[in-house]
Amino acid sequence: MRHVIIGNGVASVGAIEAIRSADRESPVTVISSEPHRVYGRPLISSLLGGRIREEDIYYRPEGFYAANNVTLLTGKTATGINTQARKVRLESGEAVPFDKLLIATGGVPFVPPVEGLDGPDVYFFTTLDDARKLDILAAKLRKIVVLGGGLIGLKAAESLHDRGIHVTVVELADRILSAAFDAEAGGIIARRLAESGISLVLGNTVTKIVRIKKRARRVVLSDGGSVPCEAVVTAIGVVPNKALAEKAGIGVNRGILTDDFMQTNVPGIFAAGDVAEAKDMLWGERRVTPIWPNAYIQGRHAGLSMAGAARPYPGGIPMNSIEFYGIPTVSMGISTPPAEGYEVLARLEPEKNCYRKLVLRNGKLVGAVLVGRIDRSGILSGLIRNGVDVELLKQEMLRDDFGFSDMQPEIRQALLAAY
Amino acid sequence: MRRATLKPPEGNGMKRVYQKEDVCIGCRLCEIGCIVEHSPAKDVVKAFRNVSPRPEPRNIVEERGPLSFSVNCRHCDEPACLHACISGAIAKDPLTGIVGQDPEKCVGCWSCIMACPFGVIRKNGAQSKAVKCDLCAGRTIPACVEACPNRALVFEER
Repeated sequence: MRHVIIGNGVASVGAIEAIRSADRESPVTVISSEPHRVYGRPLISSLLGGRIREEDIYYRPEGFYAANNVTLLTGKTATGINTQARKVRLESGEAVPFDKLLIATGGVPFVPPVEGLDGPDVYFFTTLDDARKLDILAAKLRKIVVLGGGLIGLKAAESLHDRGIHVTVVELADRILSAAFDAEAGGIIARRLAESGISLVLGNTVTKIVRIKKRARRVVLSDGGSVPCEAVVTAIGVVPNKALAEKAGIGVNRGILTDDFMQTNVPGIFAAGDVAEAKDMLWGERRVTPIWPNAYIQGRHAGLSMAGAARPYPGGIPMNSIEFYGIPTVSMGISTPPAEGYEVLARLEPEKNCYRKLVLRNGKLVGAVLVGRIDRSGILSGLIRNGVDVELLKQEMLRDDFGFSDMQPEIRQALLAAY
Repeated sequence: MRRATLKPPEGNGMKRVYQKEDVCIGCRLCEIGCIVEHSPAKDVVKAFRNVSPRPEPRNIVEERGPLSFSVNCRHCDEPACLHACISGAIAKDPLTGIVGQDPEKCVGCWSCIMACPFGVIRKNGAQSKAVKCDLCAGRTIPACVEACPNRALVFEER
């Protein structure tokens, strides 16, 4: 059995570790377009901000591939999949034969329609090489515009600001972090960023990059204003990197469609991570959820399937834990629910930069947003995952020190008996 | 984590620390035992006088009125903390089953705190690192279990 994995991120590692838990022998080949061994992608902001050293960015030890009997092909890009002949074609012309294939190609940065975005002085912020380029620039430049006020954009902004650069974040929505946070949570973080010296321009976007002698000088905004800058970082988000699968005739929608075993519509070909459109536990339908833990777990289930030890994927729950200038935040599940059919409980203490919000549906917890105090927040994610009836715990869950002792004995004992 | 509604299979092959809330007296000696075991000198006076800031215990004692019990890491078969860790600091030893954490690799993103369904990973605020139970690797009986005067913590296979 020849296992081949296209992609070398966290989903790929989840798959390798799962395959090797069930099958020590079969050859595993990983095809990586990046010239690096696997690294913690979210850590590129820590690297750029100077909070970690480059050797600390790697997600697994140097001997990981050898220890797991994995052949790693770095700097090799897959350009085609022949689903009949069961081969992956590489840019270099080689063909890699497979019996079981995992497509874990991740996401590619979304490129907004902005005049001049394809010219010089425009950078993305999704790879280690992006971070290295910005690291060199950070020593030279003074003013940078970050396009996008989501998690990636704000982490890029924070790191660049820490390097002494004047950063302006331009966000189309009327608030930052609109995907995972509501206005209250976004407001606390926005205030903190502004206090720290990062400029936020909301409800506005960049329509044009103005260059003089081929160097960026300023961006023009949709309201007619302009912001001077020497470079633009595009960080609007990522979209599934599904072109390879699509070209091969594998079923796609927003991402590559997968069943409960992470298999695509082609038997023996699987998908996982940011490229996959996989079961969502709370929506009961398939969704693209480009977050780290889901990518590992999806990769794990794909790997178990590939190794003949299949276990159904229970479905993912979106989750993010990010700190902004000392304010920790967690969002999980359905954090900004539709108006109908949901109950929202919230406690806001703006003067303490604290916020705690819970979202219920049919008496069960389906989402939470925590700002400022996030201790033991995993208990909430456990309640979501286990579908526990929390009708009697509403007031208790709003307390910062909510714990198992607040629960009815039978619920508490059942939860604490698990492993 | 296995869904709590399912009964764990027989003979999983790993001893874990379980609480007995009906006999816990809330004395928190388990927390002290943990702190001492994880201090450089392994001496209670030195641990509490010389280590600053004082280390966080790796279990969490909950108290509500007359009810008290310790919550301990389950070293899960499917560790949510490990799946969520972005830096690769958390690993499960395939032989012992212990879910360990390398503080050198931890970046303090708190993803493990968000993911752990037992809420048993803490911040070591002073160092901006997460701190978790290592099941006292190397000891026959974990220090928290040994410290309990009323056998409200047991170390057994279930």
